Amino acid sequence: MQFFDEMQGNADGAREPYQAFSNWFEEQNGKDLRRKARDAEHFFRKIGITFNVYGEEEADERLIPFDIVPRILSGNEWSKLTRGIEQRVRAMNAFLHDIYHRQEILKAGRIPAHLVERNEAFLPQMIGVTPPGGIYTHIVGVDLVRTGEDEFFVLEDNARTPSGVSYMLENRETMLQMFPELFNKVNVRPVSDYPLKLRRSLAACAPEACHGTPTVGVLTPGIHNSAYFEHSFLADHMGVELIEGTDLRVVDGRVAMRTTRGYKPVDVVYRRVDDDFLDPMNFNPDSLLGVPGIFDIYRAGGVTIANAPGGGIVDDKAIYSYMPEIVEFYTGEKPLLNNVPTWRCSEPDSLAYVLDHLAEVVVKEVHGSGGYGMLVGPAASKKEIAAFRAKLIARPDNYIAQPTLALSTVPIMTKSGLAPRHVDLRPFVLLSPNGIEIVPGGLTRVAMKQGSLVVNSSQGGGTKDTWVLED
Amino acid sequence: MLGKTASGLYWMFRYLERAENTARLIETGFRIALTRGKGADHEWSSVLQTASANDAYERLYGEPEQARIVDFLLRDPANPSSVLSCIMAARQNARMVRTALTKEVWEAVNETYIMLRKRLARPVPDKDIPEVLDLIRNRCALVQGAMHGTMLRNDMFDFARIGTFLERADSTARILDVKYFVLLPSVNFIGSSLDNVQWETVLRSVAGDRAYSWLNEGEPSPMGIASFLIFDRRMPRSLRFSVSKVRTNMGYLMQQYDVRHQSHDLAEGLFAQLDNGSIELVFEYGLHDFLSGLVNDFAALSKQIETDFRFEA
Repeated sequence: MQFFDEMQGNADGAREPYQAFSNWFEEQNGKDLRRKARDAEHFFRKIGITFNVYGEEEADERLIPFDIVPRILSGNEWSKLTRGIEQRVRAMNAFLHDIYHRQEILKAGRIPAHLVERNEAFLPQMIGVTPPGGIYTHIVGVDLVRTGEDEFFVLEDNARTPSGVSYMLENRETMLQMFPELFNKVNVRPVSDYPLKLRRSLAACAPEACHGTPTVGVLTPGIHNSAYFEHSFLADHMGVELIEGTDLRVVDGRVAMRTTRGYKPVDVVYRRVDDDFLDPMNFNPDSLLGVPGIFDIYRAGGVTIANAPGGGIVDDKAIYSYMPEIVEFYTGEKPLLNNVPTWRCSEPDSLAYVLDHLAEVVVKEVHGSGGYGMLVGPAASKKEIAAFRAKLIARPDNYIAQPTLALSTVPIMTKSGLAPRHVDLRPFVLLSPNGIEIVPGGLTRVAMKQGSLVVNSSQGGGTKDTWVLED
Repeated sequence: MLGKTASGLYWMFRYLERAENTARLIETGFRIALTRGKGADHEWSSVLQTASANDAYERLYGEPEQARIVDFLLRDPANPSSVLSCIMAARQNARMVRTALTKEVWEAVNETYIMLRKRLARPVPDKDIPEVLDLIRNRCALVQGAMHGTMLRNDMFDFARIGTFLERADSTARILDVKYFVLLPSVNFIGSSLDNVQWETVLRSVAGDRAYSWLNEGEPSPMGIASFLIFDRRMPRSLRFSVSKVRTNMGYLMQQYDVRHQSHDLAEGLFAQLDNGSIELVFEYGLHDFLSGLVNDFAALSKQIETDFRFEA
């Protein structure tokens, strides 16, 4: 398979966006750079930007590998992407409002009704509920992959609690500390105001019951959660409280947090817990994490929950395959961003095709995430494929399949110099009644292993700083 | 501020102070061992007793033995007061209240944890003990320094300070209480000078040996030392000093929150005892009873603070 390298392109010399960087890089001493790369690791440990790996007893805090070669996009490439992302995110929000109200899209037959109504992520409790400002998806991460000069695809949408934005910010801080002179030579658009924008965006969605300046809080499952660093990072940088379920309770018709001076109402809860763990009275009765009754207060306009409960259905992988229809239905425009062609294994023809081509395609669980439970056909052994085949036949509607994409590469720094590795990109999108904001950059994840197409950090992927140039 | 955050700050700084105090106790025990040889066994027992770790030690290891005890106090996970346990607990609390800490304070604590976990991954040979104890003291000082240099002087700072000084008062009281018999003007000691090594131990455990000599000319006397560690206004590890800091910071909380709690009364009462007391009265009342009374009062104050400021739901 032929891969597009974002630094080298298919010609001699660096592609335009990489030229200034490449010139600088040529003048550097490889030994110094490798030393700096080691410094970066120390820096990350020091600030504690670590994650816990699920399923490991006494989980040691691990570092996500960081590579010092930036991933660079021109201003022009970026503005094309953002137009597509904006369109898609608007459609996602409109879709959620629709399926929890009049369900026009189902009535029009553009999406099979059972796909929505029988979806685990569809929350009947949300029917008829309009969240403050009409916003469901306050924060969205859109995972993009590239296969050529002008070919970008949306690999998946993350509309529940997309993570990784702290890496976007800390990666930039690290680069600024390590290579200040580089930023004098290349005009990189800043990302550091993301927390400010996030706070503003959340505050703009304050509930009816809020009078005065909205009180925002970040709700975390606690210090043992794999993304705890990010939760505390965001609360800290927004200057808001980091709360756990045990800090909250319902007081006088409001959701209130226990402070040293008594209970104080919270207006906007930026929750980083799943729907299931939000409210044991309304959802999962076994959850110890939630706030009993918070959903009733939510429905009564006493608190904003971001992202809205029940929003997960829009990033469901079975719904994903209908995104082109969804975008067209709600915006009346052709989608600007491509979807990856997707076979829904629930459909017999598709299933037959997928079973015949398992060694060529990527198969994913409909509700999976984090790179768990997927099959990358070209990289799998015969045994793995056989095992997966059995799973697929047993529960076809649990899977979708996509062609193995020729993901673009960006070089990483190795002991023997630069070497190409596959990447993806997750820009972060903020949606509020005041509009859409996309910070110029995002999280570039990189497969550190040669030839690997899996970039997830839980599977050994690393990250890079992502630069959007000032054109 | 969240009650949970107040709790985290309070305990983070209690644990840091405890780590430092434990390191000082080890240093003292070690020094006695160097200068006294076999006579040091008894010293190690009282070190364990001061750290409230004698029962746990005996249950696990039996007879006191220097290498065992040092290891138990430095790095044993079975000992919640070991330096390593304290540093891990301090860091765990720091993670919980990460948003309340400045970058400088967080990084100082986090690096302390990273360094000590590495340094204390294996038993420390005798020859390296002084260096390791140095490291612990330096790291704790760095955290305190970062806090002083960068934290806002608001309720967060107050809870951190209350934790530090309540722990310190508790530790000084325990050190004195374990050694109170040395300081008693008993029949045997009438007219003779105090056992030099014993009093030196007491003063060293609170980093007060040099200070004492500066402030008191001539031979050290039991009453002089006890008075120094209980009532001195200048000595930063004396009971009066530590309790006055707790009281002051609680006073700031009262001003800021505009509420007077029961814990404020307790702190005032404790301070009054130490402000108006005299060493003569203490000896008359009984040094041991006085000190164990204080240790109980400190525990009661801590409990009341947790309640008044809603540390827990």
